[in-house]
Amino acid sequence: MTFFTEENLELAHEIIGRYPKQRSAMIPLLHLAQEQSGWVTEEAMKQIGVLVGTSSAEVLGTCSFYEMFKRHEVGKYVVNICTTMSCALLGAEELLEHAETRLGIKAGSTTSDGLFTLEGAECQAACTEAPCLQVNYRHQYRVTPSDFDQLIDELADPNNEETPRHGVLAQIRQHIPVERSVGAVHPDLVNVPPVWIEEKKEANS
Amino acid sequence: MPDSQPNAVSVTINGTQIEAEAGELVIAAADRNGVHIPRFCYHERMSSVGMCRMCLVEVDTGRGPMLQPSCMISVTDGMIVDTESDQTKRAQEGILEFLLINHPLDCPVCDKGGECPLQDQTVAYGPGESRFIEEKRHYEKPIPISDLVHLDRERCILCDRCTRFADEVAGDPLIQFTERGNETQVLTFPNEPFSSYFSGNTVQICPVGALTAAPYRFKARPWDLEQVESTCTTCSVGCRVAVQSSRNELVRYLGVDIDPVNHGWLCDKGRFDFEAIKSPNRLETPLIRDPNDKDQLIETTWGAALAASADAIKEARSGKIGVIGGSRLTNEDAYAWAKLAGSVIGTNNVDAQLGDGLPGKVVLGLPGATIDEACSADTVLVIGPDLKEELPILHLRLRGAAKKKKVKVVEITPLQTGVSSYAHRSIVCRSGEAAKTLKSLLTSDDELSQEIRSGSVVVILGRSSLAESALPAIEVASVITEELPKAKFLVALRRGNVRGAIDMGLSPGLLPGRVPLENPNDEIKKIWAKVPTVEGLDTAGMLRAAADGQLDVLILVGADPLVDFPDQDLANRGLRGAKFVVAIDNFPTLSVANADVVLPATAYGEKGGTTTNIEGRVSRLAQLVTSPSAARDDWMIASELAWRLGGDLKFSSMEEIWSEIEQVAPSHNGITLEKIWADETRDGILITETSIQLAIEPSGETPVVDGYGLRLISGRKLYDAGTQTSNCASLSALAQDAELRVNPTELERLGIQDGSEVTIISTKATGVAIAIADESIPRGTAVLPFNNPGIRANLFINSELPVTDIRIETR
Amino acid sequence: MTELGIPIPHAPGFIANKTPRIVTSRFDYEDSFTIERYEETGGYQGLRTALSKTPEAVHGEVRDASLLGRGGAGFPAGVKWGFCPPGVWPRYLVVNGDESEPGTYKDRLLMELDPHQLIEGCLIACYAIGLSQCFLYVRGEMAVAQERIAQALNEAYAAGYIGKNILGTELSVDIVLHWGAGAYVVGEETALIESLEGNRGMPRLKPPYFPASIGLYGQPTIVNNVETLSNLPWILSNGSEAFKAIGTETSPGTRMVAVSGHVKRPGVYEIVNGTTTFRDLIYGETMCGGIRNDAALKAFVPGGGSAPWFTADQLDLPFEASQVGPEGSMLGSGAIMVMDETTDIPAAALTLTKFYAHESCGKCVPCREGGTWLEQIMRRVVNGSGTKRDLDLLIEVGETICPGDFPHASNKEKGLSAVPFPYKMTTICFVGPSAFAPVHSALTLFREEFEAKVAGNSDRNYVEVTINA
Repeated sequence: MTFFTEENLELAHEIIGRYPKQRSAMIPLLHLAQEQSGWVTEEAMKQIGVLVGTSSAEVLGTCSFYEMFKRHEVGKYVVNICTTMSCALLGAEELLEHAETRLGIKAGSTTSDGLFTLEGAECQAACTEAPCLQVNYRHQYRVTPSDFDQLIDELADPNNEETPRHGVLAQIRQHIPVERSVGAVHPDLVNVPPVWIEEKKEANS
Repeated sequence: MPDSQPNAVSVTINGTQIEAEAGELVIAAADRNGVHIPRFCYHERMSSVGMCRMCLVEVDTGRGPMLQPSCMISVTDGMIVDTESDQTKRAQEGILEFLLINHPLDCPVCDKGGECPLQDQTVAYGPGESRFIEEKRHYEKPIPISDLVHLDRERCILCDRCTRFADEVAGDPLIQFTERGNETQVLTFPNEPFSSYFSGNTVQICPVGALTAAPYRFKARPWDLEQVESTCTTCSVGCRVAVQSSRNELVRYLGVDIDPVNHGWLCDKGRFDFEAIKSPNRLETPLIRDPNDKDQLIETTWGAALAASADAIKEARSGKIGVIGGSRLTNEDAYAWAKLAGSVIGTNNVDAQLGDGLPGKVVLGLPGATIDEACSADTVLVIGPDLKEELPILHLRLRGAAKKKKVKVVEITPLQTGVSSYAHRSIVCRSGEAAKTLKSLLTSDDELSQEIRSGSVVVILGRSSLAESALPAIEVASVITEELPKAKFLVALRRGNVRGAIDMGLSPGLLPGRVPLENPNDEIKKIWAKVPTVEGLDTAGMLRAAADGQLDVLILVGADPLVDFPDQDLANRGLRGAKFVVAIDNFPTLSVANADVVLPATAYGEKGGTTTNIEGRVSRLAQLVTSPSAARDDWMIASELAWRLGGDLKFSSMEEIWSEIEQVAPSHNGITLEKIWADETRDGILITETSIQLAIEPSGETPVVDGYGLRLISGRKLYDAGTQTSNCASLSALAQDAELRVNPTELERLGIQDGSEVTIISTKATGVAIAIADESIPRGTAVLPFNNPGIRANLFINSELPVTDIRIETR
Repeated sequence: MTELGIPIPHAPGFIANKTPRIVTSRFDYEDSFTIERYEETGGYQGLRTALSKTPEAVHGEVRDASLLGRGGAGFPAGVKWGFCPPGVWPRYLVVNGDESEPGTYKDRLLMELDPHQLIEGCLIACYAIGLSQCFLYVRGEMAVAQERIAQALNEAYAAGYIGKNILGTELSVDIVLHWGAGAYVVGEETALIESLEGNRGMPRLKPPYFPASIGLYGQPTIVNNVETLSNLPWILSNGSEAFKAIGTETSPGTRMVAVSGHVKRPGVYEIVNGTTTFRDLIYGETMCGGIRNDAALKAFVPGGGSAPWFTADQLDLPFEASQVGPEGSMLGSGAIMVMDETTDIPAAALTLTKFYAHESCGKCVPCREGGTWLEQIMRRVVNGSGTKRDLDLLIEVGETICPGDFPHASNKEKGLSAVPFPYKMTTICFVGPSAFAPVHSALTLFREEFEAKVAGNSDRNYVEVTINA
């Protein structure tokens, strides 16, 4: 029942504490779990259920709704090639085919060395820089087949440290300093406006 | 359900002007006015989700007609609704075509076929053909999602009814949508089955054959079923059910929606325990002790069995006869037995309870509340058994009310219960000391005390633990009467018709119709040959007397004191002490095996009549099948015994008994069988009148801990080793083995390993159980289920003491 | 200063032009995302101005500015704020940074390059209408934006801009960074709230509830888009009059627009709202500079993947909702996708239909079943195995998702007159209709391309269905 490392458990409690209702921490905790082990294990989901006060089935329901959560092992680098319109107009299909050939796998699978998982993906909000792709959710723009080959070579280099492994998203975390924090309050426990608001005036406006 | 005040608005539906309540959903208003709008996801007892889009209708609120989901839109004044417009029909046809593109056409082998909303609405509103030529979605089918429920994801139309029910109504969110979009599917978490006490409801509300119940799969086709509405007597909540049979065999119960009681829901035990009725273990012929081998019961004839019983009763010393049991009976049966005991045998040694409830006079004397009153009171105090385990649908109703913030539930309990999850405050007290805790709460300056005092209060009162005597609960009643004189009570008795049996006089000191023994009415004096005047013994008293040689004949009417009486030692001595034991039962129970004569009785569904629930609500019991054997109705057995004893109960049918009840029982005057049985009397008839004046004499004593270490707490589990459950193939496996649950710090203190075998020592017995460390158990206590496979708690309980303490040791 | 019309390396995609720059003014600086640069360039002055006024006055300023929501629906932010029912507390702010509409690329730039501007906007909103906590919901697939915002939040907390007694006043607000995990539908505001509550991101029942009255945890909640909030510091610093001096009366200010596809200089531009035309954008010298290889324009999607398509006939329409709607489409999220004459139209439409079918949350039957069915039919048409009957079927299936006439543009050549936006729908949100929109536009405007794909294939033996004759 203990999936999270001590350090991450502490972090988990810090995250839960930011929300008026603990269940809101579900997705952040799933990310934290994925950061810890590269994918979301059953043990992780069980512990998250306990932490946010719901059943494992509910955690599974939420987890499986979102594409970024992997419920099986994936490569160190998940390479998502955008195939939506703007990228498709500028050669995304060809890029994906090239990637399949280069990596020797079909989209949706992982190379046997466990380094790369290749996926055809949807719009990545970089439409002007088509065709684009993401490696562990970090963008690469206007990618040509030779750019792709070069990228793969760089990533395959064991000394490459530029792109964190799959599961790690932001490498900077938000920390709310205790002395500055207002604190989250359960909505049932509040029924007055915040101090800077004078309700009467507002009702008239 | 509209929450707002009944503010009438005028709405036009299909050209007809109707009155609706402001805030009411269009679909509900249409339903009430006989206009059916097709639907899959909408369910009147759950919140709307607007998922299936089948209930789209054209709604015009002044800005022109727009397709709107009628399960989402509230009526407004002047609204014009068209449920049959071309636009509406096109939408309905389109939605049905979409629903069917991935739905398998396995209707011929689908349990739902013939009663399937998807099938029926396709016929009524569908396009008739499909233009879909692609491959349908495929999943492994069916997969068991619990011991009772199977899931076929291909048939599922993702209406969110089951998942909504599990989360919103049952509070067991163990099934959930998984994946997304076109791949969405309902699933459980791996290795965490949908083991809800209420899982069967999802099968009933599934609008397709996606969820099927293991006990019913492939058992019948809907069009072959015979059906009659009845009342469930598995516990005493009295849920309305539709009982269905095929070829003289019960095959299914369905919940029927009535407002005051079950809202259509059933617990799984109530839903599936029909299997017991057709169990091969049923008693089929009378048995008598073998004269050549006293250890054997052998088959005999009704004549011989009844004669032997009558002889024993005749030979008994005057007043040295007792009748234990009655909660399995119909009201009519119970009355017949009360009359036999009082009018023919001349004793008031009658008790429908097995030392596991509250005295009949307390039950009838406390100001009563209905379930609805409990669910709308400002505060509900729950001081009694775990409602989820013992009265599951009461728990469900209360949970629903608490979740909708209609009621504030305050619980005083020796350990966490099913109620704790929705209680506004759950106060843990030491077992046996609820009254003290309550008193100090009510007299404290805790804000809650003021809140309780300032509003309406209903107390759900019962035995928090069967290792406590009834005294602690009576103490609570006394504190309430003193501190909250306006509070009403809903007494949490568990057994099927226990309330009806008490109403019929099967309780010491009472006569039929909630009349005290000392004040018989004229009718009973006229009709009964004699009316007892001396208050008789309760079950504990009878067993004690029998053990002391002071009782000659013990008649067990559907009672198994060895298993159900909290003190097995006393029950054992009582049964052995009585010269002659007659047992009338459905099954060869432990106590039946100790009887001298055994008479087989008909069971649920095999006899008609009436039953009474915890509120005092009388409703009908329907006969649908015939008994497979020589079993007879309990009232007939009473009648025959009376005749052999030289008396005459003077009735020859259930109807005649009821008309006598109506005369004799003042509370039941004017309530005819026709009224109870009328189809429009679905809610049953609530009887509130009582002639019992309650005088509680508080003992003022708080039980003290003796030298033993841990206070024993014991309650019943829904699935246990009880007769009914253990004779149901589908349910018996659900009863978990008895384990002794103790706080880990206690185990540590005693040097006992979690999960190891321990010796339990009480003043009554020594036994062995597995000890489990459980954080939720308060320190200083030990919890053993009352009657689960393995070891029974009544081995250890001393019913003479207010509480039982035990010691545990490593083995 | 950055040269006009030239891409900025540290702001990939952004191209500066002659337009006044309200939200992208700091993009020229390489360190635009730091608090030092932000403070140096007038940062947090808008907040100071706001705090010197009453909350009602700040709300009034925003209402007067007629700032239209930049997320897609284009609803005036000040009016939306006013929908909070009086007397119901607490209220929350949820920032919609879940940018994922196909073709849309602007919020990510604002989050990565000027996170403090967004934070300041959030604080102004919280102050104006008494929102006691802010949740900044960033799309999951934007690791860099998450980092920049986390850093900015940490800096702003330390500097006293967020948290207890902001700048020594009574204003006390926490801003919590939260990010998604890959689900387009979460960009829909009710789904966003579900997601923020830890649930599957499925849109909530509508009507009758809007988040402003019943939102996060059932409380009044304002959901505003990143670009919308990023305008607030400028409006507070410069006043609503200055804001309205830019653009038109009904569409004041500027807006960010991403132009992608077959243009010479695809990029993100901050343009004058209401007056800039599609022609200006696609052909303007300091903007896209025309179609690649000087080819002819075949069609363009004017407002994100959900929008019905336009052709050259609509090039002179300005960025003004009241003119674009009657012409059969919408401005949406400021995303223009351009297709030149070489484009395989059915294949292009399929990329969008596939997107929306894939992103259906699965709640409403028409979207869940109909979207996938549309995709399946489109696939066989595109790969050459469809039939003529399939072309009608596409429209028929679509009509169950969107009953009645579906909006489309006029086309002089084909004698089509425009069917105005919006459309009717049988679903809760726009994902289902969006799967149909590209199919409908492509089929209506370029039916001959579809017919060419299915030419020669004989119809299958369908049973003809008469729907409600």
